Amino acid sequence: MSDVVERTLSVLPGLLGQHDPGPGAGGGPGRVSVTSRLGGLIRSITALSSKHEEEKLIQQEQTNLKATVSAPTTTLRLMKECMVRLIYCEMLGYESSFGYIHAIKLAQQGNLLEKRVGYLAVSLFLHENHELLLLLVNTVVKDLQSTNLVEVCMALTVVSQIFPREMIPAVLPLIEDKLQHSKEIIRRKAVQALYKFYLIAPNQVQHIHDKFRKALCDRDVGVMAASLHIYLQMVKENASGYRDLTESFVIILKQVVGGRLPIDFNYHSVPAPWLQIQLLRILGLLGKDDPRTSELMYDVLDESLRRAEINHNITYGLKALTYVVQQDPNLALQHQMTIIECLDHPDPIIKRETLELLYRITNGQNVTVIVQKMLDYLKQSKEEYTVISLAGKIAELAEKYAPDNEWFIQTMNAVFSVGGDVMHPDIPNNFLRLLAEGFDDANEDRQLRLYAVQSYLSLLQEEDTFYPQKFLQVMSWVLGEYSYLINDGDPEVIMARLHRLLKQTFVTSETKTWIMSAITKMASQVPCSETVDKLFQEFSTSLDTCMRQYAFELKHLCEKKELMKNLFPLDASCDDTVVDASLSFLDGFVAEGLGCGASPYKPHHQRQEEKLAQEKALNFEPYGLSFASSVSSSGFTGRQSPAGLSLGSDMSGNSAELGQKETSCLELDGVRKLWGKEGYLPKKENNTEKEDKAQPVPQDSILVGHAVDPPLAQSELQSVRLSEEEKEKQQLASTLFAGLGSNSSISLMGKADTTTQKFKRKSKIIETQTNEEASSVQNIAALSFSSLPDTTPNSKENFEGNEYLGLREVSLSSSEVLEASASFGRSQSLTEAGLDEKFSNCQLSTSSLFADSNIEDFQPSQSVPNTIASEATWSPCLPEELAELPHSEIVELCSSDILTVYSCKVWTDDCSLLVLFVANESTLPLKTVNIVFETAEHFKILENNSCHFPVIEPQSMESCRKCVQLEEICTRGILSGSISYADTDTPLEFSLTFFLSDFIRPMKITTEDFGKLWLSFANDVKQNLKISPSQDCLPVVLNTLKQKLKFHVVEIIGNEGIAACRLLPSVPCLLHCRTHARTLALWFRSSCSALPDSLLYQCQKVMGES
Amino acid sequence: MYLFVLVYFPEVQFPLTFCYKETISERNRNMIKFFLMVNKQGQTRLSRYYEHVEIQKRTMLETEVIKNCLSRSKEQCSFIEYKDFKLVYRQYAALFIVVGINETENEMAVYELIHNFVEVLDKYFSRVSELDIMFNLDRVHIILDEMVLNGCIVETNKNRILAPLLVLDKMAES
Repeated sequence: MSDVVERTLSVLPGLLGQHDPGPGAGGGPGRVSVTSRLGGLIRSITALSSKHEEEKLIQQEQTNLKATVSAPTTTLRLMKECMVRLIYCEMLGYESSFGYIHAIKLAQQGNLLEKRVGYLAVSLFLHENHELLLLLVNTVVKDLQSTNLVEVCMALTVVSQIFPREMIPAVLPLIEDKLQHSKEIIRRKAVQALYKFYLIAPNQVQHIHDKFRKALCDRDVGVMAASLHIYLQMVKENASGYRDLTESFVIILKQVVGGRLPIDFNYHSVPAPWLQIQLLRILGLLGKDDPRTSELMYDVLDESLRRAEINHNITYGLKALTYVVQQDPNLALQHQMTIIECLDHPDPIIKRETLELLYRITNGQNVTVIVQKMLDYLKQSKEEYTVISLAGKIAELAEKYAPDNEWFIQTMNAVFSVGGDVMHPDIPNNFLRLLAEGFDDANEDRQLRLYAVQSYLSLLQEEDTFYPQKFLQVMSWVLGEYSYLINDGDPEVIMARLHRLLKQTFVTSETKTWIMSAITKMASQVPCSETVDKLFQEFSTSLDTCMRQYAFELKHLCEKKELMKNLFPLDASCDDTVVDASLSFLDGFVAEGLGCGASPYKPHHQRQEEKLAQEKALNFEPYGLSFASSVSSSGFTGRQSPAGLSLGSDMSGNSAELGQKETSCLELDGVRKLWGKEGYLPKKENNTEKEDKAQPVPQDSILVGHAVDPPLAQSELQSVRLSEEEKEKQQLASTLFAGLGSNSSISLMGKADTTTQKFKRKSKIIETQTNEEASSVQNIAALSFSSLPDTTPNSKENFEGNEYLGLREVSLSSSEVLEASASFGRSQSLTEAGLDEKFSNCQLSTSSLFADSNIEDFQPSQSVPNTIASEATWSPCLPEELAELPHSEIVELCSSDILTVYSCKVWTDDCSLLVLFVANESTLPLKTVNIVFETAEHFKILENNSCHFPVIEPQSMESCRKCVQLEEICTRGILSGSISYADTDTPLEFSLTFFLSDFIRPMKITTEDFGKLWLSFANDVKQNLKISPSQDCLPVVLNTLKQKLKFHVVEIIGNEGIAACRLLPSVPCLLHCRTHARTLALWFRSSCSALPDSLLYQCQKVMGES
Repeated sequence: MYLFVLVYFPEVQFPLTFCYKETISERNRNMIKFFLMVNKQGQTRLSRYYEHVEIQKRTMLETEVIKNCLSRSKEQCSFIEYKDFKLVYRQYAALFIVVGINETENEMAVYELIHNFVEVLDKYFSRVSELDIMFNLDRVHIILDEMVLNGCIVETNKNRILAPLLVLDKMAES
C-alpha cells in the first residue's frame, strides 16, 4: 500500500497547474477550482523560493482577507474558503487574529461543511484560555440540542478539543444525555468529551463515574475504547480503586486478541493493535506491586505476546530488551551478537540505546570494557542532554565497580574533562567526598589520594591546556588537601603550577577562589614562599574583591605561621569544626561599639520592615553598605565577614567542602549512598549472607546447561569457521557479558577466563564477591541479582529465598509507606512549621469560637432527649462539660434486645469527639462489653481503637469518648465497628458517617490578615454556581455556608464577601465569593491542595440542598 | 468588576491569578504533542498542535524538526530523541510526516498510526498526493481530528474515521 502512495506522491508535484487535483472517490463538491482564490494562494505557495517572497505573499493575502471577511456581502461559502486561507497563513507562521471572530461566526451560522470548517478554524486558532472562546459556548449548546446528528457530532468534537473550563456546567448535562444515544458515534464522542472534562476539571465529573463504567461495558467497541482513555488516567492516579475492574479489562483484551472484533478493526491483520496497547497499559498499572491482580492477567498477556509480531525496528527491540534485562540479565545473553552489532551501528540513537542496555548489565568483570565504550561515545557526542546523562552513568559505574585506583582516577578524569561544566554537580561533589572520607584501610586511602595528586600534577604540567572549571576545582581541592602525600615533591613547585593557572583567561573567578584556597592551605606547610609574595603583589590591588580579600588574608596568616598551622591541619577535611554560633567572643567588641554610640544590631527582616515603612517618605540618609546576599550564596560566607574572624572555621574545610556539605544535605538524600565512611555500603547488608558462605564449587553442569546452553552450542559450531572479524566480536562479547549468567566467559569462548576481581580499595568487597560467587552456583537468581545490585531492585521474583533481598524489600515497602503518608504529613508539618506563627496573630481564642450566636443548628435541640426520656425512664445525655459545646443530636446507632448504642458527635475546638452510650436494656448485668472500631480509610481514632466496660448494670448506661481525626481529606467517610459482650458470639455491628464538615471549624481573622494569608497560599480553585432566586443575595449565601460548613464570615462589601475556615487541627482555607446575576462565583485558597476541591464540593451540595 | 479583591489585595495581579493551574499534569499522560506534514524543502503542509505553542515558536520548531529528519538516512531508525520529547517520522516520497510525542507515549503505536493515517487519506482521495493535501487542507484536518483528539489516538478503524466526512460531502452535494 505504502508503495503505491509513495509512487503517486512522487509523480504529482510536477503536474501543478495542469490538472485539478480535487478529491477523488470520496470528495464530491467543494473541490477547489484552480482558478479560485484558494487555488491561487496554493499555487503561489508552492512556487515560493525565499522567505522574503513568502512574507510579501502572505501580507498581501492577509490584506485581501481582512477586506473580504469584514465585507457584509461575503457569503458563507466564500467565508469558508477564507477560513482555509487563514489556516494557511497561520500554518506558515503569520498570526491572523483578525479572522478569529469570523471563525466563530462561521461555526454559528454555517451549514454543515461550512460549520465544520468554522469549528475547525476555531480549534486551530484559539487556545484553551482565549477569551473569544466564551462566544462559542452558545453555538455549542445549540448544536448539542440539534436534531441533526452531524451537527451534534461536530459540537462534541469541538468540545473535546477545546472548551473553557468555567463553562463546563453549561454543557455537562447535555453531554451526559448523549451517553444514552442510540448511535455509537454520538456515544463515543460524548465519552471523549467527558475525558476532556476529566482532564481539565476532574471534580466536575466526579458524579458520573458510574456512567463511565457503563461506557466500558458498551456493546460497541468504539465507545468502550473511548472510555479506556478515562480509565487509564484514573488508574494512574489511584490503581487500588479500580482493581475490581481487572477482570473486565482482561476479558476485553482476551476478546480483542482472540479476533472477536469486527474485521474492519484489524490493522494489517492484527486485531486493533492500538486498543491492545491501551489495555496493556491499564493492566500494567493495575498489576504493579500486586501479585494477586497480576495473577489474573498472566494468561492473556502470554496470549498477546505470542500473537504479537516480532518487531524489527531495532531501537524498539533494544528498548524492550533494556526493560527485560532489569528483570533478568540472562536474557541479554541470547542477544549478545545483535547487541555487539548495534554498538557499531552508524545511527547514534541506536548506539545510545545500546549503551543504555550495557549500563544495566555492568558488573565488576565487564566494567572496564563497557565504560570504555561509553567514554568513546561521550567524547563524540555534543548534545547536552546526552553528555549529562552519560557522564552521570559512567561516574556511577566507576564508583561502584572500579577494579583499581588508577583506573578509577583515570576514568573520573575523563568524565570531568569531557563532562565539563554541564554534568551534574553531584559528580564532582561525590568524588571529593569519596576521597575525603576514605575507606577502612588507611593505606588504601593514602594510595588513592596519592595517585590522584600525581595524575593532576602531570595534567597541570602542560601549559595552556584547557580544562573545564569543575575539573580545575576538583584538582585544586585535591592538591590543596593531599599534596603533602608526595614525599619528594616541593610544595613550592605545586603552588607555582597553581599560580600559573590563575593567570589563564579561561579560569572563572569562582575557580580562582578554589585555587587561591588551595595555595593558602599549602602555604601553611612551608616556612616562606615566593609564590605567596607574588600572589599578594598581584591580587592586593585586584578589582575582584573576593580575590583581594583572599590575598590579604593569606598575607596576614603567613605572618603568623603557628596560627596558620592550627587553622589548616593536615588531612582534616572530614573533621567537624566547632563554631561558636553565638559569636560570644565578639561581646567585648560589641559592648565597646555600643558604648561609643553605635546603634544596636537589627535582624534582616526588621530592617526590611522598617525600610518598607519608610518607603513613602523621602530618604535623606546616605545609602547604607549592602552585603549582597548573592555573594554569600557562593559558599564564601565566612570570608565576607568584615572582621575576618570566622575565616579559620571553614578555611580548613575549604569552600569545596562547605559547598559540598550544603548540597549533600539538599540533594544527596534521595541518591543511594554507595560509599560511606566504612567504604562500599551494600556489602554491609550482604554480610547477613555469611552463614551460607560456601567454598567455590566447580562448575555445576546442570547450571551451565540451564542458563547458557544455547549460546554455547552455537558458538562451538561457529568457532570452526570463525572469520577474524567475528572472532573480534566474540572477544568483545565475552568481555562485555562477563559475569552474567553462571560464567558466560567460559561457556562462550570455551576457555577459562580467570576473572578474579581486584577491588583493592574495598577489602570487604572481595569477601562478599567470593561469597556471592559461591552462592550463585546454588541459586542463579541470587547471582544475577548480586552482580547487579543496583539495577534490579524491583524484580521481587529474583529475591526469593535470600535474606539480603528480604532486607531490601522491607526497606522498599517502608519507603512506600512513607510516601503514602507524605501527603497528610506535609500538610501537618506545614501547619506546625509556618502557620502556627501566623495564627497566633489571628487571635483564635478558643472560648469565643462558637460564641457566634447564629449556629443554632449546632445547639442541642432540647426536644430530642426529652422524647427519649418520655419513652424510657432513663436516656443518654451528655455530661455537662460537653453539653455546652456544639454537638449533634443523640441518635440510636444500633440495638438488640439486650443493649442499645447511641452516638453523638461533639465538635470541640480542636477535635471531633465521638461519644458512645451503651445502655443495658436487659435485667441482667452485662459483662465484659467491648467496642472495637475497624480501621477506617480516612480517619484515625486517637489513643486506641477500642473501649471496654467490665460490667454494665441492668437498666443503666455507660458512655465512652473517642477523638476522631481526619487523616486524609475526603468529603465523607464511614467509620464502622462492633460491640460484643460476654455470652454472645455475634457482635453487634454499627457504622456512622463522618462528613468533611465535622472537621471544619470557623477561623476568626481580620480582613487584613485574610489579605496576607490569601497571598501566601498557592492552591486555588474557582467555580461558578447557579443559585436559586431565593439565594440571590450574598448575606443569605454566606449565612448558609456559615451554618452548614462553619465558615467564619470575615467581611461583606456589596456583592462580594470573604470567609475563612480551618480544617482540624489548623489547615486554613479562605473563600472569596461574589454574586452576580444569579451566579455565585466561589474562589477558594488554601495551603493544602486537596482541601479547596473538597470544600467546593461541599458548598455545591449545601447550596443545592438549601 | 473584582473591586473587593482589588481593594483589599492590591498586589493580586488578576490576569495571573486567573490562569487555571493544570489539573492533570501533561507529563502524567501519554500524549501526542503535535502532528506535522512537511516536505523536503521544509515547507509545512499541515500542522496540528495538541498543546498550546505560540505561532512564532511553531515555525522555529518546525524548521528544527525537519532539519533533524532530513539529516537521517533511510537505514537509520524512525525515532529521534529531541529535547525533552521524541519525534516519530515516516517519509512518503517528498513528504515527511512527523509526530512529536512525550516520554511515555509508545513510539511504535505512533509509527503505525502515521501509516494508518496515510492509508485513510489514500482511501479517501484514492491515490493521495501532496497536492490533494494542499487543496483539501480542511478535509485532511477533519480526518485527523477523527483519529487524534486531545493528543490521544481515539479511532483507528478506517470506515469509522471517514464516516462523518463522507456524510458531510454527501450533504453538501445534495
